Amino acid sequence: MTKEEYLELYKQMVVIRLIEEKCEELYQKSKIGGFMHLYVGQEASGVGAISARLPQDNVITAYRDHGIAIACGMDPKVLMAEMLGKVTGCCKGKGGSMHLADINLRFWGGHAIVGAHLALATGLAWADKQKGSDGVTLCFFGDGASNIGYFHESLNLAAVWNLPVLFICENNHYGMWTPVEESSAVTEIRKKALGYDIPSEVCDGMDLLAVRKASEKAIAHIRSGKGPFFLEIMTYRYRGHSMGDQRPYRTADEIKEWQTKDPIGKFEPVMMKAGIKKEQIEAIHAESAKVVEEAVRFAEESPSPPMDELYTDIYVEN
Amino acid sequence: MSVLTMSKALAQAMYEEMERDPNIVVLGEEVGAQGGTYGVTAGLFEKFGKDRVRDTPISEGVIVGAAVGAAMNGLRPVAEIMGINFAFLAMDQIVNHAAKIHSMFGGQFRCPLVVRTTSGGGKQLAATHSQTPDVIFAHFPGLKVVAPSTPAEAKALLKSSIRTDDPVFFIEHSTMYSERGEVSDDPNFLLPIGKSDIKRKGKDVTIVTYSKMVSISLKAAAELEKEGIDVEIIDLRSLRPLDLDPVFESFKKTNRAVVVEEGWKTFGIGSEVATRVYEECFDYLDAPIERVAQKEVPLPYSADLERAAIPQVRDVVAAVKKVL
Repeated sequence: MTKEEYLELYKQMVVIRLIEEKCEELYQKSKIGGFMHLYVGQEASGVGAISARLPQDNVITAYRDHGIAIACGMDPKVLMAEMLGKVTGCCKGKGGSMHLADINLRFWGGHAIVGAHLALATGLAWADKQKGSDGVTLCFFGDGASNIGYFHESLNLAAVWNLPVLFICENNHYGMWTPVEESSAVTEIRKKALGYDIPSEVCDGMDLLAVRKASEKAIAHIRSGKGPFFLEIMTYRYRGHSMGDQRPYRTADEIKEWQTKDPIGKFEPVMMKAGIKKEQIEAIHAESAKVVEEAVRFAEESPSPPMDELYTDIYVEN
Repeated sequence: MSVLTMSKALAQAMYEEMERDPNIVVLGEEVGAQGGTYGVTAGLFEKFGKDRVRDTPISEGVIVGAAVGAAMNGLRPVAEIMGINFAFLAMDQIVNHAAKIHSMFGGQFRCPLVVRTTSGGGKQLAATHSQTPDVIFAHFPGLKVVAPSTPAEAKALLKSSIRTDDPVFFIEHSTMYSERGEVSDDPNFLLPIGKSDIKRKGKDVTIVTYSKMVSISLKAAAELEKEGIDVEIIDLRSLRPLDLDPVFESFKKTNRAVVVEEGWKTFGIGSEVATRVYEECFDYLDAPIERVAQKEVPLPYSADLERAAIPQVRDVVAAVKKVL
């Protein structure tokens, strides 16, 4: 990777971090409603994996989708407008935090029924294969989703039909408030892929370059026609499962311990070693803060959906 | 016109549409070389090959889920779910995904998908295999629910369902596959989704029904005719969109109505239709609307018990007489 790429990916991580902190603030001020799940701590996972895709590749994820949307290239203004339920949002204010999407970026959403989008991912991949595209579908999900039937049905179908799907388990160690070891028969989620004869790999989700490298390898495997691949990214969410999660299911020490491996902080010495200057890094922080500030202003100044939007887009043909 | 069975008419609809549009694909359990458990996909595999006519694992969730994802990404899948009872296993994909993908993402995605399935009792399959829960699927805005009553309409409505850019839940009746009827040979003969049809003109009582209960109602009408009672029968043909204008028009003439459905009465189609008639035609009402529906029990295996639970011709005759 070039220095420019380092800076670009670093900027994505910083923007995600700042957007999430801003969303937290806006949620507390009741400007954002519904359920909201923050990506703080997991930035390297989405940014690293998605940076390895080509334009024809699809991305689909679960409800912890803000960071994935940014990594796919979503304009922070459009994201923030959706958060605030404005008509200028990516879904015209009809989806909200859990349902961000942009068809032009081949980002197929934010889906909030746990595990259901793994099935959609097989279909996205099937359609590409059927139409002769060499596109790969990157399907992100949490460790908790590996316990639902959809996970198993989807891995099996992807293997039987030799579909170009990269199953990406973002293992953040908790399914809501329950630790992996209390909900999954195997704590190394990738072992479940063995049951479907799908090759797998694990990587450090706090290390951007490790995620990037593992993703590149996995995507190359799939694009060569060898069928699905399973990547387990070991990561951690600094915040709760969703907003308002104050439950004492983990210790402050545990959170602190993970924060010492912070994906943004950890990447800075790597960049400097590559010859990037401290001032450049500082400039990125300043630029990113401005981007987020502008996004919030755009969202706040945008109008709410007009009332006639209530009845639009229910059917294509009425 | 050709005389075809219901299953042949449905097969012909898919065959013609697949010839027209290479993006149409068929998937489901045993739909390939075996031609489907009810023979509805027979001949498709041989003509269009395994890439377009795909056998799936017994995994209803991912059958419909893959179909939704493929529909979002440019294919036009026709997914077969072997029985409506198994559609419950795919309920999440049908009502949470297919029905909502277009609206929840602000119109970005389309879901031109047909989920075909078979509903209904009468084959001694016992409680979990003999249900008529059609109305449940009609509860969800975003989904279209179609249930034809004749081979000709089955073909034309399935073709329309395949051509629409919206998701359609297409309900066939398990005891009607070998029923025969005249079917149009014109590959462009379509019927609009969301239009009821008058199956019999009459002046005394309006019967509102759909699917298999159309033929039961027609038989009841023939018996009633002998007694000088002239029944009008309206076939809903789709449960969503629900076209009740012909019902209101008919009711304003007859002032009496019976709703006949094979499923359970509680929260059933009769509940909805009767309420809408009360709302729209209150001043025309000469008698409370009667509802003929399945007895409120899980369907038993024993043939006599099963028959006792499912609406029969005599039940419809009795209900018509009650409103007169």
